Amino acid sequence: MNILVCISNVPDTTTRIKFTADNSAVDYTGVQWIINPWDELALTRAIELKEAGKVDKITVVSVGNAAIEATLRKALAAGADEAIRVDARAADSYATASHLATAIKQLDADLILCGIESSDYNGSSVGGMLAEILDMPSVSSVSSLEIEGESVKIAREIEGGRQQVETSLPAVLVVQKGIAINPRIPSMRGIMTARTKPLKVVADAPADTRTSISTYEFPPQKSSCKMIDAENPEQLVDLLHNEARVV
Amino acid sequence: MSVLIYAEHRDQKFNKAVYELVSLGYRLANELNTQAIAFTSGDIADDELKSLGRFGCKTILHTSANVYDDEKQLAETISAAALENNAKVVLMPHSFRGRAVAPRIAVRLKASLAQSINGYPASVQPMVVNKRAFSGKALVKENLDGDISVITLTPNTFGLHENAVGAVVQALPDNAGAPATRVLQQEVQKGKILLSEADIVVSGGRGMRSADNWQPLEELADILGAATACSRPVSDEGWRPHHEHVGQTGKVVSPSLYFALGISGAIQHLAGISGSKVIVAVNKDPEAPIFTVADYGIVGDLQSVLPRLNEAFRKHKSGN
Repeated sequence: MNILVCISNVPDTTTRIKFTADNSAVDYTGVQWIINPWDELALTRAIELKEAGKVDKITVVSVGNAAIEATLRKALAAGADEAIRVDARAADSYATASHLATAIKQLDADLILCGIESSDYNGSSVGGMLAEILDMPSVSSVSSLEIEGESVKIAREIEGGRQQVETSLPAVLVVQKGIAINPRIPSMRGIMTARTKPLKVVADAPADTRTSISTYEFPPQKSSCKMIDAENPEQLVDLLHNEARVV
Repeated sequence: MSVLIYAEHRDQKFNKAVYELVSLGYRLANELNTQAIAFTSGDIADDELKSLGRFGCKTILHTSANVYDDEKQLAETISAAALENNAKVVLMPHSFRGRAVAPRIAVRLKASLAQSINGYPASVQPMVVNKRAFSGKALVKENLDGDISVITLTPNTFGLHENAVGAVVQALPDNAGAPATRVLQQEVQKGKILLSEADIVVSGGRGMRSADNWQPLEELADILGAATACSRPVSDEGWRPHHEHVGQTGKVVSPSLYFALGISGAIQHLAGISGSKVIVAVNKDPEAPIFTVADYGIVGDLQSVLPRLNEAFRKHKSGN
């Protein structure tokens, strides 16, 4: 069983975001880059399954310029066997999915894992688009993945509960927290061996885009917090009822 | 032309998020000088289908095919209805299923996709929507450049707007093939208020001190008809289940009222709650960052504050 994990290169989640002077783009000066947290959990689960002898090979794939290779090396250091960079611009979700599809069509993957969203544009789009472009089944909000021989056991979250599902392979799984709990931190040995693992670059023609962001702004600042005496919770109830009108 | 609304149902009932979606669809259709058409699949009573008329939807397309567990099939079915009705906009709830199939539909229709928009679009022609980015640290205006837009709506961001009309149900043929994805087993907690759609959320953090201290928090949720939630350390410790985790890697919520009880307010947690209209924080540390985003705050120990708060809300509710 071969697993492919799609990786998005995103600013560290603790980054204080800045915009360019005209608010038309993000100013990425000084930003630290990481593997998108959900992609990292997907990769972690793939590594666990490989260590358990259920998976033969883990390939990570990402779209972008040479700068994202540092993030792909981190994935190799954590335990992926091979990395592929599609040398193209991840201009929007559709372009990203198209570029990923170009690379994936040339590979032999049984399971393609994508994080449920990326922590930068929160698009929640690439996994489903990729499945449609590749004409594969998809299962989303996956919170558990087990492999037994050639069959996979998948649990997905639904409103108020969960479902055990089965699907034909190859398939795209869009995964969320629960698939793994804590991301795999690369060991020193992992970091050393990552240097010699294959990182291939695949060229692709520019893809269509279908969305574009025109302006960025910060959410409105809250006015200062109204403090209520701990001895007087009735005042809070009164304010929520008469002032905020929410209870 | 039309605005096609995917009216998802659970246990053969529509929920508030669907009525909110229909409310938005009706207004969009008016602005586009066209009609709002709802589409749904699976077993559901005619009276329930017609309830969509309360919010302005006159035509309800219904196929009895049980296609909703297979994302590919559901996307094919909704896309076919969209093409048949020359849909300019396809509206979906931002539920697990809605967000799963919307990208597939967008590819099939060669449409632009926006997941989880906040409220009515900033512009309809051309389509420009308001969305969060960087997990709530930024708000963006996104242009949907395609001829067709596929959009999911964040619950509680548009509201319910009644426009009662008589609704007519049209049955569509069931021509679904065999699904690739099958459900083997399903567990659903009945009667629980869903976190993603709740009007009020009561959420606990590490300040609750242990898994055994949750009873008063659940009591508050009961009194207010609220959903329960928690911060990441709480779910990582196993005090509460993962599906209650609100924050950057957990759920993003947009209730009218959010209680942050014993939650210090790490940036990753704030990412999940920035869509809340009113935030109440209770924390023993007056310097906790949660107070910078809260509207109302109490500095104090939860073990003494929470029972008194419950008492005060109970009195208020019984007085109504």
